[in-house]
Amino acid sequence: MKYIDEFQDPDLARRLLDDIHATVTRPWALMEVCGGQTHTIIRHGIDQLLPEQVELIHGPGCPVCVTPLEVIDKALEIASRPGVIFCSFGDMLRVPGTGRDLFQVRSEGGDVRVVYSPLDALKVAQQNPGREVVFFGIGFETTAPPNAMTVYQAKKLGIPNFSLLVSHVRVPPAIEAIMGSPGCRVQGFLAAGHVCSVMGMGEYPELAARHRVPIVVTGFEPLDILEGVRRAVHQLERGEHTVDNAYARAVRPEGNPAALAMLEDVFEVTDRAWRGIGIIPGSGWRLSERYRDFDAEHRFSVTGITTLEPAECRSGEVLQGLIKPNACEAFGTTCTPRNPLGATMVSSEGACAAYYLYRRLELTPARTAAPLETSPVA
Amino acid sequence: MLAWTCPAPLRDRPRVVMGHGGGGALSAELVQHLFAPAFGGPVLAQLGDSAAVTLGGVRLAFSTDSYVVRPLFFPGGSIGDLAVNGTVNDLAMSGARAAYLSAGFILEEGVEMSVVARVAEAMGAAARAAGVEVATGDTKVVEAGHGDGIYINTAGIGLIPAGVDLRPQRVVPGDVVIVSGAIGVHGVAIMSVREGLEFGVDIASDCAPLGGLVQSMLAVTPDLHVLRDPTRGGLAAALNEIAQASGAGVVIDERAVPVPPPVANACAILGLDPLYVANEGKLVAFVPREHADAVLDAMRAHPLGADATVIGEAVADHPGLVVARTGLGGTRVVDLPLGEQLPRIC
Repeated sequence: MKYIDEFQDPDLARRLLDDIHATVTRPWALMEVCGGQTHTIIRHGIDQLLPEQVELIHGPGCPVCVTPLEVIDKALEIASRPGVIFCSFGDMLRVPGTGRDLFQVRSEGGDVRVVYSPLDALKVAQQNPGREVVFFGIGFETTAPPNAMTVYQAKKLGIPNFSLLVSHVRVPPAIEAIMGSPGCRVQGFLAAGHVCSVMGMGEYPELAARHRVPIVVTGFEPLDILEGVRRAVHQLERGEHTVDNAYARAVRPEGNPAALAMLEDVFEVTDRAWRGIGIIPGSGWRLSERYRDFDAEHRFSVTGITTLEPAECRSGEVLQGLIKPNACEAFGTTCTPRNPLGATMVSSEGACAAYYLYRRLELTPARTAAPLETSPVA
Repeated sequence: MLAWTCPAPLRDRPRVVMGHGGGGALSAELVQHLFAPAFGGPVLAQLGDSAAVTLGGVRLAFSTDSYVVRPLFFPGGSIGDLAVNGTVNDLAMSGARAAYLSAGFILEEGVEMSVVARVAEAMGAAARAAGVEVATGDTKVVEAGHGDGIYINTAGIGLIPAGVDLRPQRVVPGDVVIVSGAIGVHGVAIMSVREGLEFGVDIASDCAPLGGLVQSMLAVTPDLHVLRDPTRGGLAAALNEIAQASGAGVVIDERAVPVPPPVANACAILGLDPLYVANEGKLVAFVPREHADAVLDAMRAHPLGADATVIGEAVADHPGLVVARTGLGGTRVVDLPLGEQLPRIC
């Protein structure tokens, strides 16, 4: 595939790896922010090929993983109601809420449908005027614009039976929270290229300067990851901390103005809880006052939700890069993709699932877990 | 709940979910922990795609499969083609050439008779092409809203030639793993029409009867160790089933696995792994190393094996696990899928 095969070329990969190996003189810890990048790293064995001094810490950028348990439980409650058609992207169906998931709701008679776009959910609403259609609007800056566009369309076309259950999150406040954590070991970031293709790079120079970390905007194919690592390592070795765009084929510094305008119109910034981490100020979006009628949380007064996170799940520390997945005592024993304790073991972009699926040949669960770091954002 | 055996992993699923029919770990657990204990027969314990039984001194392969595909007609075939070829291929994986099929129809009230006729004609044509006779059948009708138009079950029998013993337990380290052609084609063809997804290129199902290809392989040597047609759960599920049943490890070279560009592109768009996407006209073979070249030549001489290629080998390391060497030189575990693959959010 044009622009895919080229970015998986083993010879080019070897040249990038040789450069990284030749450049590194001491240990460095880099965080790849996005779960898609984590997936690529583990699936292609990139971390096995890097110098031992370069450690990749897996960040909180898996939208499935960070959606709070309370929101999952609200989704389960709404989807269980008679007359509701609950639409979602596929990988949210297996995420455990308190005691069940959306697959379970469907098996109990709930009308839960997998769609590939929020606009598909809007079509379902138009085709079923007598029923309430709810779309599960989760994710980062990448999925927020199409969800915003869908709500905009629902209002414009006057489709009253459509609503959005919103749990959108933003990357820069999460980077801020991670850098503010006392246990933080991150010395450089591979920023999520798709997020930057929407938002641009304007939020990063200040973060890079204040925390003295290089931030390299990075893509998702193996060569993208290697180039991101290479540029970050070069900066670290030179003592620099600037924002660099290693994904220029998709990212313009100003981002996508049309998408930004849509976000500005439909959403407003709010504090948001991240599963396993806690509330991060200003890290989320909710529907703005003009579109509040399309907010499923308002439309369906979901109350009496009592969430219960498994106590032994340490996904919050994994999401903040404080521990590796296999440092959790539950990893691969009481917690597997078959019976996930936390969302990081559900989505293939979750670090725990990626480690389990692709790496358990060389990993055994830690018998003694690393000391628990305190997090300022818990 | 008398059928539960301990440990009972199904207890966390008080109701059936779609994954129980996905050909992955949930399907396997349903069979192993609920059906097998309930039925309790020694033949069922083989847990193959078809059962090898001896009746009156004759070795038979016996298999059944149900077809619930939507849409009923898709690029490259229909539910009728699948219903014949699926069971024919299950028998072929035992080395048997299918002789007779049964056809059980569950029709939904209101489905157009012309649709039923098209499906029946497709089945007839597929049966003739596969050299098998539909010898018995049954029809039931359910009320409107209780089915997707047409469900079909076919069962089949065929003779297993003397000297042929295809079982995963025969796999030994050193066996060469061969796949008969491009993978993931059927699954992507179905997705493209079922979900209304446009991948920018027409892709047709690879649905085909594999009996002839298998016979040409057995003509080289009856000493093939195991064959699988990697349908639900794809190549990954088939390799995992063989690894677990044989106790051998399996190593595949990811770059050697033939994934056609339209399949790779569709999977890239949806966040799916081609190794887990269904096939309907492909097989994977574990062949003793000394016969591998000759078997590969025989496969390539057959129209349905023209693109056959070696993708890996059985090894003594990591028993029961399938490991892929990645294109960049790393390694990763290729796990048994849990249920059906789910498209990723972003």
